[in-house]
Amino acid sequence: MNVREQWIAFVTILVKEIRRFTRIWPQTLLPPAITIALYFVIFGTLIGPRIGRMAGFSYIEFVVPGLIMMSVITNSYGNVVSSFFGAKFQKSIEEVLVSPVPSYVLLSGYVIGGVIRGLAVGSIVTCLSLFFTDLQVHNITITVTIVFLTSVLFSLTGFINAIYANSFDDISIIPVFILTPLTYLGGVFYSMEMLPKFWQDISMINPILYMVNAFRYGLLGVSDISVGWAFFMVAALCIVLFCYASYLLNQGKRLRT
Amino acid sequence: MNKLALCITSLHKEYGNGFQALRGVDIEVQRGDFFALLGPNGAGKSTILGIICSLVKKTSGKISVFEADIDDDFSLVKKNIGVVPQEFNFNQFEKVFDIVKTQGGYFGLPRKLSEKRAEKYLKLLGLWDKRDQTPRMLSGGMKRRLMIARALIHEPKLLILDEPTAGVDIELRRSMWEFLRKINEDGTTIILTTHYLEEAESLCRNVAIIDRGKIIQNTSMRELLRQLNTEFFVFDTHKKLIKLPRMDGYKGHLVNSSSFEVEVERHQSLNALFANLTAQDIQILSMKNKTNRLEELFISLVQPHEEKAEEVSG
Repeated sequence: MNVREQWIAFVTILVKEIRRFTRIWPQTLLPPAITIALYFVIFGTLIGPRIGRMAGFSYIEFVVPGLIMMSVITNSYGNVVSSFFGAKFQKSIEEVLVSPVPSYVLLSGYVIGGVIRGLAVGSIVTCLSLFFTDLQVHNITITVTIVFLTSVLFSLTGFINAIYANSFDDISIIPVFILTPLTYLGGVFYSMEMLPKFWQDISMINPILYMVNAFRYGLLGVSDISVGWAFFMVAALCIVLFCYASYLLNQGKRLRT
Repeated sequence: MNKLALCITSLHKEYGNGFQALRGVDIEVQRGDFFALLGPNGAGKSTILGIICSLVKKTSGKISVFEADIDDDFSLVKKNIGVVPQEFNFNQFEKVFDIVKTQGGYFGLPRKLSEKRAEKYLKLLGLWDKRDQTPRMLSGGMKRRLMIARALIHEPKLLILDEPTAGVDIELRRSMWEFLRKINEDGTTIILTTHYLEEAESLCRNVAIIDRGKIIQNTSMRELLRQLNTEFFVFDTHKKLIKLPRMDGYKGHLVNSSSFEVEVERHQSLNALFANLTAQDIQILSMKNKTNRLEELFISLVQPHEEKAEEVSG
């Protein structure tokens, strides 16, 4: 395939992905908006004022970046894992496998589809947050870049999960037992300063902590960790996972017998 | 110029559980041919087709499609192939038109061209009025036709059909045959697997029969049918028959009071039989071939292998 044909194939996959999640918007866009709105109500209006200030900000101001990031992570991941596994399950993935689409184009199409869903939900959640607090942007470049990279990273993770998954149970194990705990313990709801030294050290191995803090830095200008290191880590993980997912596709892992 | 559309040499496939699906398969398909790949269930037909279109990984062997080797230029190979699989494999939630159009996008066709071709093939296959429905709303026959439309969107030079008329009623099957004949006449090489041997006999010029992962026959349909030694004909008579007419040199038996069956060997002429019957003032109203000829031959080719296998395992 020449470059133009590859671009057409990429756009085809992307449009198909966007059409999929917009077609079923009551399952894909509405639930995260309601869930996060509830978080805003509980932490912003009910509990937040009693918790007091955190890192120099009101509690609702502090948790909004973390909650936006949480919705981006779960939706990027969820979009790719369910879409790709669904295609595997229905065997419609064979439509692409018998075509000349190179594996990196196929992967990019699914990943950017996941990114767009993540960013769409992130935007909805951001708009909702405006009903509860004023949103400031400390550094727009950092904010946009880190949210994009995080979205790419979790789309890739969802893709790899979908490749290995043999059943619908397999695609819910990672979100329930790994993603959710890491997100909740990734500094969404609290500052690292609140933890004892031992737990601070343990938290440093949680990659989501870096993404949440880098995003919070972009919006509020405060972070528990080095933003430069966070960028390096997320970008490096994106590259490693992209290469690994491409390798799995080229090998036909669980796709070709 | 090489005249081969497909060349398979010494193809082996061993699955992870140790099962040897293919044991040295060699097949050549000429450009423009209508080729049948026949064999009992589990013989390896779908494995061969799966390897050609990259859904199954080969263990060893060489495959080239229009001179392009699948190991060296898989992209070109795939561009030349259209696949109609045995099982329905489209997204059940997408619209018929979108399914076909999207497939064009996977092959790098610009959107306008994809839409034009999708319209063309959906109309040709009688699915245009179903374009806004999802596959869940279609009958089995319509789903089969949808898979054919999807496979043709990039106008491949080689069309591979894995049991395309399975579960399709006879009227629809015949209209699909007409369609396939037409695209074959227009230059598309077609490889077909089917369990309806009548279908292969009617459509295909060349045939390979595979059994237990090995090709046991690879010849022209005409040559294959020539191997038949005996054919059975049923004659319907004008007058009621009390007993079987006298037929010198022919074996037969009475089916009922107005028809009888005759066994005709290859060296025997039907003219002599008719002369015989005319002499007895027996008028023949109609005559039909009792069995599917290819079916008979197929069974005779495959059975010895099965018996041999039973002896070994027994």
